[in-house]
Parts: sequence; structure tokens; C-alpha cells
Amino acid sequence: MPSANLQNESASFNWFKYASPQAFFPLAGAIAPWFAAFAAVLFVVGLYIGFFVAPTDAQQGESYRIIFIHVPAAWMSMVIYLAMAFWAGIGLAFNTRLSGMMASALAPTGAWFTFIALWTGALWGRPTWGTWWVWDARLTSELLLLFLYFGFMALQAAIDDPRRADKAGAVLALVGVINIPIIYFSVQWWNTLHQGSSVSLKSAPTMAATMFTGMMVMVFACWAYAIAAALWRVRCIILERELRTDWVRAYLGKQT
Amino acid sequence: MLEVSNLACTRGERTLFRGVSFALEARGLLHVAGTNGSGKTSLLRILCGLGAADAGEVRWRGEPTRALREAYWREVVYLGHANALKDDLSATENLRIACTLAGRPTTAGAVRNALDSFGLAACAHLPVRALSQGQKRRSALARLALSGQAPMWILDEPFSALDVAAVSHLETLILAHVTGGGNVIFTTHQTAAIDASITQRFDLDAVAEKDPC
Amino acid sequence: MLSVMRNVIARDLTLAWRRRADVFVSVLFFVIVASLFPLGIGPEPKLLRVIGPGVVWVAALLASMLALSRLFADDYADGTLEQMLIGATPLSMIVIAKVFAHWIAANLPLVLIAPLLGLQFGLPADALAVLALALALGTPSLSLIGAIGAALTLGLRGGGVLLALLVLPLYAPVLILGSLAVEATATGMTAQPYLLLLAAMSLAALSLAPWAIAAALRISYE
Repeated sequence: MPSANLQNESASFNWFKYASPQAFFPLAGAIAPWFAAFAAVLFVVGLYIGFFVAPTDAQQGESYRIIFIHVPAAWMSMVIYLAMAFWAGIGLAFNTRLSGMMASALAPTGAWFTFIALWTGALWGRPTWGTWWVWDARLTSELLLLFLYFGFMALQAAIDDPRRADKAGAVLALVGVINIPIIYFSVQWWNTLHQGSSVSLKSAPTMAATMFTGMMVMVFACWAYAIAAALWRVRCIILERELRTDWVRAYLGKQT
Repeated sequence: MLEVSNLACTRGERTLFRGVSFALEARGLLHVAGTNGSGKTSLLRILCGLGAADAGEVRWRGEPTRALREAYWREVVYLGHANALKDDLSATENLRIACTLAGRPTTAGAVRNALDSFGLAACAHLPVRALSQGQKRRSALARLALSGQAPMWILDEPFSALDVAAVSHLETLILAHVTGGGNVIFTTHQTAAIDASITQRFDLDAVAEKDPC
Repeated sequence: MLSVMRNVIARDLTLAWRRRADVFVSVLFFVIVASLFPLGIGPEPKLLRVIGPGVVWVAALLASMLALSRLFADDYADGTLEQMLIGATPLSMIVIAKVFAHWIAANLPLVLIAPLLGLQFGLPADALAVLALALALGTPSLSLIGAIGAALTLGLRGGGVLLALLVLPLYAPVLILGSLAVEATATGMTAQPYLLLLAAMSLAALSLAPWAIAAALRISYE
């Protein structure tokens, strides 16, 4: 099958081509707006389903609707940490510059989602539990996850040399990713043994089909947003890091 | 024995050097020259495997040093700006632990002789914090007297802070190492008697990036 | 290789002994932090008995973390660490030796003094024994995980506070299991599962952390 082979070769060639910041920069610029537009549309649709179409919950009333934001944000907070650790690991193993930049570009988005998950959790807790903060297992692990994000960003900010910052951040992200399950299970255990709240942040056991649809649309919206935000941020990082190269000078010259 | 091809090094946004290539055969005495900030220390750190080059490769007996790791380091002595002495330990204790780390365990007698040869017999058992700058440097250099088996010596400014007697003793040591089949790479700002025996010279100013800074 | 490790341990313990004031400062910090809690909360014995295990563990965590900055900083400043990086022994082995010596000098005193603090909080005798045991089993993983942070923040400005930010969230599982072990004993249940988990975590840290520490040290030098 010569044609299939050829295709494979060209695919792998492209892959390596876009591993260089210079080649990736225009690509990221070309696809980021698409993801942004996609995210905007999905957000509108998802929120409409969530707030107007989905039925009122029998137990929790209207306040449950915050899960349309809370649950996708909580998922994203973990997925982005995994993605960050993945890029960090690639960067460490193959010494590619772009991977480190991707990891640093993902961190603020991940921290934002973690923050939103915590904030919406608190907002949901007020009417449901009658208090802003409960040491619920999920909320507590989200809080620790937020600290891990902050640690990653603070470490990178403290290091002047970008190469060292990338590698040090990579080691930290990998250590964090090994620890997250341990943290998660120990917190869960801690919570059950201390007989904390009996209500969990999980939504009602019987979820109406429209609720599920709304939630999934919101999840995809968050994915699209995260990708767009990371691509835009990585473009800024590339420009910053490659400021002294000819192609960036040429690019900036064209802009002004 | 040591081949360097196309090394480049950047610090932040500044390129220190690019395209550094040379080869050093046995009995080679290489003087790395260059003005302040030309990257002498960075080059030496890359050669001994402490620093990473942005491009290029260092090969030892034909193999890249990045892959050799401990096998290469067993044959290298690196003496940097820092003396690698613990203030709370005596010169004797420092020398023993340094040799252990380098994989060349010694005897108490050999350590005493090495310190003796650098004129440190009287203060061999004082904590290093009590020594003068020059004495500290000499305690650090005493490691060389016990490193005859290591063929590759990489010395960063070995002559700094030394008095005349110590300089001449160090020169004898270096020359003996070279004539015995070893290699020495060093940097210095002083002109010394050793100049006559230098087999190779590498001037970093010649390969410096002409940068408007 | 083992003799090199033995030599490094002996060297670091000698250094710690010649600077024993540092060890006392760590222990003193531990005692003071734990003693401040009753002042802030009130002397109600029942309440103190409930919070005792957690307070002693948190204080131990902080004391252990503060000592971390000593682990590599001196060797970094005087150039000894350079020689370890390009020594004939694999760096991860040297790192194990250094962390072990550091644990003996900085954490073992905490383990030994902790029952005394437990007494201040009115913990029963068997809980005191479990407190010391849990600390003995749990603090090695604190030292090992903390050493990764110490290696990553080597030579950075604001290193100490940054180190706390990196390391403290990772300490959470040890804190949880450690306090649960003491609490279980105090309320008449078995502490065995928690102690076993603490030991397991320390062993896991021992098998993984040295590589990360060695990698982090090299990154800090390149």
C-alpha cells in the first residue's frame, strides 16, 4: 500500500514541522479563532438549555442549575492539569521547546477553571447546605489542585531563564500528576471518616435527558474555550521568547 | 581524546559563543582565553558536563559525554570558581570527602602529603572557615595532587588568589600531569611560566557573537 | 557506591552536629507553634484533645519544611554540590544519602519530642506512642517530597516562601493519614491501616523521588 505509506510519512513530517515554534505560531493563529467561535456558540446554546429548557430539580429547585457551569469547570480543571503534565513530560523527554511553552500556556486556564469550580461550588453550597464553604471531599481536592496550579505558575515566574523554567515546571507538574490521585483518595477518605456532609455535590441521581444534553454542550464549550485560550497564550509566549529572532522581528514589523 | 564540535551557548537572550570546535589529544595543555563575560566559565562547565550546550556536542574517547555520564566523570577533575569546601570541616576532612565523591578513595597518609605539598600541614586540622582566601584555594587545589589517575583536568582560574610559591607548585603539578599523559584545560588572566608549555590556545573572543549590546 | 553513600551521610551528620544550633531552632519552632494553638483556642481540655493530633502534625509539617532549605543550599553556595553532580556515583544515590542524613538531623528530633507535645494536648498514652510512630513513618516521605521542591527552588529569589507553596499541598495526604492514625488510637480504634499506608507512601517516595530530585538538581545547574 504505497499510498497509505506516503500519507503516513507526510503526516509524521507535518507533526515534526509544527513542533517548531516558528511553524506552530501561524497554525495556532489560524485555528484559535475557530475554537473561540465554536466556544461562544456552544456556551450560548449550553447556557440556554441549562437555564431555560432543563426542568427544575425536584429536591434542589432552581439552584441546581449551577452544575451546568460547575461540573464542566471541575472536569476541565483536572483535564488541563493532565494535559499540562503531558506536555511537560514530552518536553522533558524530547527536549522540545514548544511543549514547555504549551504547558505554561495551559496553566492559567486550568487555574481559572479550578477557581470557577470552587466559586460555583460555594455559590451552590449557600442555598443547599446553608453555608459558603463545606469541607466536602471534592471541594477540598479542588482547593489543593488550585494550590498545585499556583505552585506551578509561581515556580515558573520565579525563574528567569525560560529553559530552566520549562524544565523545572515540568518536573513539578509530573510530581503533581502522580500525587493528584493520592491526594484525591486521601481527602475522600478523610471526609468519610470525619462524617462530613451527607449531601454530596453530585447532581440528582436521575438526570433528565435535557440536563445531560445541556451539561455535555457546556463541557464541549469549555473544551473549545480552553483550546482557544491556550493557543492564544502560547502565541504570546512564542513571541516573547523568540523576540530576538529574525522571523519575529519580521512579523512584528508587518504588524506596525 | 576530547573532541568538541560546534558548541553554542546562550545566556538569556545573549549568545555567548557559537561554533566552538576543537580537539584535544593526550598530553594536551589547552589555555582557554577570552575577556570577562566571553563565556570561559560557561564553556568549561559544558565541557565537564555541568552545563548544557544549546547546540553541539562534547565527545570523550569518541563517545558523547552526555551518554557516558559517570564513566566520563570518573576521569574528570573539575575545579570551579567555588572551592567546594565546607567551612565547618577541616582541610583534611574536605579533601577526603572530595576524593570519595570523585570515586578515588585515598589514605590518610596520601591526604597528609597532598596538603603538605601545598604548604598546609600546619592548618590541616583547622576548620576551613579559619583559613585565609589563599589557603582555602590551596586546600581546594590539593585535590589535584591526589587526582593523578584522572586524565582530564578542567581548571577554572586555578591561579587566582595564590602566592608565588603556590603558583609555581601548581605549575609543576600541571606540567607533570601533562607529561604523564594527561590533559589539562584551564583559564587564567595571569601570565605565568606555564605559558611556554601550552600546546593549544582557544580564544573565545574570536568566536564571540558580534552583538550590539 | 555504598561506601560513598556512607561517607556522604557521615559528612552531613558531622556538619549537622557542628551546627547543632540549627537543629535546636527547628525543634524549638515545632514546640512553639504547637504551644500557640491552645493560646488561640482556649484551654478547654476536651477540645484540645480533639485537635491535638492535627495540630502536632501541622506543626511537624511546618518545622520539617523550614529545615528543607538547608538541605541543598549550603552545598550549592560553596560548590560542593557541583562536585556531587559530576561525581563518580549516580546523583540519585548521593541524594538518597543526603536526604537520609537530613531526616536524621532535622526530623528525628521532631519524632522524639512530639509525644511531649501530645501530652500538652492531653492525648492518652497509647496515642502518644502512635503519634511518634506515625511521625517516624510519615516524615521520610515529607523529606523526600520536600527535597524535590528544595532542588527546584535552588538559588531562586524568594526561595523559602516558594518552596512552601510548592511542597505544602503535596504534604496533604501524609497529614491526613498521620492525624487519622493518632485520632483512631485516641478513640479506641486501630491505627494499623493508617500506619501501613504511611509506610507505603514513604517507600513509594523513596523509589520515585530520588530521580526527580536528581533531575531537578541538574535542571537548576544547567
